[in-house]
Amino acid sequence: MTTTTNMPAGTTIPLASSSSSDRPPRAPGLVRRASDVLVLTWRNLVHIAREPLQLSDVTVQPVLFTLLFVYVFGAGVSLPGGSTYADFAIAGLLALNLTTSSMGTAVGLSNDLNSGVIDRFRTLPMWRPSVLVGRSLADLATATIVAITGLFVGWRPGGSIMSTIAGFAIFLLFAYALSWGCACLGMVSKGPESAQGVGLVILFPLAIVSNALVPTQRMPPILRVVADWNPVSAVTSAARNLWHNPNPSSTIHAWPMQHPIVASLLWSGVLLIVFAPLATSLYRRRTMN
Amino acid sequence: MSSDSMIRAEGLTKRFGETIALAGIDLEVPTGSILGVLGPNGAGKTTAVRILTTLSLPDSGSAWVAGHDVVREAASVQRSIGVTAQDATVDELLTGRQNLVMIGRLSGLRRREAGARATELLDQFDLVDAADRVLKGYSGGMRRRLDLAAGLVTRPPVLFLDEPTTGLDPTSRVRMWDVIRELVSGGVTLLLTTQYLDEADELADQIVVIDHGRVIAGGTAAELKTQTGGARLEITLREPSSIASSALEPFVSGPIVVSHDGRRLRAPVRSGEGLATTVVRALDAAGISVDDVEVHQPSLDDVFFALTGHPTEPMVDNDEAVPTLEHVR
Repeated sequence: MTTTTNMPAGTTIPLASSSSSDRPPRAPGLVRRASDVLVLTWRNLVHIAREPLQLSDVTVQPVLFTLLFVYVFGAGVSLPGGSTYADFAIAGLLALNLTTSSMGTAVGLSNDLNSGVIDRFRTLPMWRPSVLVGRSLADLATATIVAITGLFVGWRPGGSIMSTIAGFAIFLLFAYALSWGCACLGMVSKGPESAQGVGLVILFPLAIVSNALVPTQRMPPILRVVADWNPVSAVTSAARNLWHNPNPSSTIHAWPMQHPIVASLLWSGVLLIVFAPLATSLYRRRTMN
Repeated sequence: MSSDSMIRAEGLTKRFGETIALAGIDLEVPTGSILGVLGPNGAGKTTAVRILTTLSLPDSGSAWVAGHDVVREAASVQRSIGVTAQDATVDELLTGRQNLVMIGRLSGLRRREAGARATELLDQFDLVDAADRVLKGYSGGMRRRLDLAAGLVTRPPVLFLDEPTTGLDPTSRVRMWDVIRELVSGGVTLLLTTQYLDEADELADQIVVIDHGRVIAGGTAAELKTQTGGARLEITLREPSSIASSALEPFVSGPIVVSHDGRRLRAPVRSGEGLATTVVRALDAAGISVDDVEVHQPSLDDVFFALTGHPTEPMVDNDEAVPTLEHVR
């Protein structure tokens, strides 16, 4: 016995009248989407501020790395042409900090997916991709904080204001593109811990096997090829050129080292084209069912 | 009646790998009424709710909420529903107010409207003092109330509550019931799942019982109780007896269940009047000594038992360990 009255499948009951009058007014598409994205960006930033570990990842850790490298390594490294290690290293440290802190996307997204909060979002009439876009924008905001810390250890860019800004822009674009890759990682990993673990294994070598912290010339041949084609090297070289900082890689014949700005833009573009749609489709698959 | 249905499902099926979560479910909830979906853990309640709230796609079958197809018109459905899922779907790292404002904004309210609505709900759900505290410091009951409030931000005409009181202490539970009753007096259509039979009895106009992904019964609480044929007899013997069951046979109206230790017997009976005395006399005559006889008026637990042949939860057998000790002695 059931309480069901059988009706032919497909008959739709007109009930629109009950849900038209007192529904909230909906702003047109683009505005509404931007608003959803901003709300979620704000939410993710509140998260970072309230989670001590994540907060230190974007505040204490970059400062600590920068100070350690500049004052400990800097004391023992001599650069050709007599320039200071700080001038050489700042761009590289920024690359290191941005690369490793993009792990926050993987961890945060994985956290969300393993809690009920994504389900709540999915029952709301909101723009779905805003969960991912909001996440990557929050990352961009923290990347900016990371970038500013470099200024406090005595580094000063040498170029014009425009080229200084261009250097930061290249970094931020790369960090933004990378955060989409990390979003994919967050979606395929079982939980926040494994996202963190796998993220570290991928991102740390990505940052270190590059020209970020040491010139690549003396690396073993295979490693040197990897380092010269590493997107982190391209971004770091581009920033060093734009900031008129010493850039030992400029004498290397590998194409990205000869054209670091174009190479970084290409790398960031490729990462975005590959990972943004992939993240969106993974998100759809992960959240349906 | 069907033209007034706010929620309707026809032949919903869903499987996860080898597990059949829904084996063809039909539901119908008239506008302004409460349907209680009753069933044990794993019966398919949550899966059904997830399909109706657009969180999951059915393998086959169709469903409409507020007149919209849950698969093809998911966005329209989302604009008509409020959902309180089984596990808390509120944001742990935001304050209560921030949660409600966020949900309001994501539902299309303007900042000021969202703020005003949050204040209103915090007041209604007695969360004013905790409004600006981060959720980590909330008790289970406060979290559930906030979760319920979160589902009401846009004043949706249809509400889904998936086990709204699971895990709550008795006081918070009764309080939650009051809140739910108040909501429905405002004309909201509600689908409520529960494993607690008293909860369905308290709140629902109509009840459907689900087991193994199928609707096995439906009706009002009173109708369901009639269906089971009345009262239930429970007897505790001094020691296990092999002939107790056959001695009881004349008085019962259904299968007799014997506990693992053989000392407790349970069976549905037609009438409660003077039954206990008659049974004791009969057992006495058969040479069986009785420790205790109880005749229970039917509860929905019994309904479930009568329908499925198994209890909602495994029969708690307090004496289970004791007999072994007795045997050892």
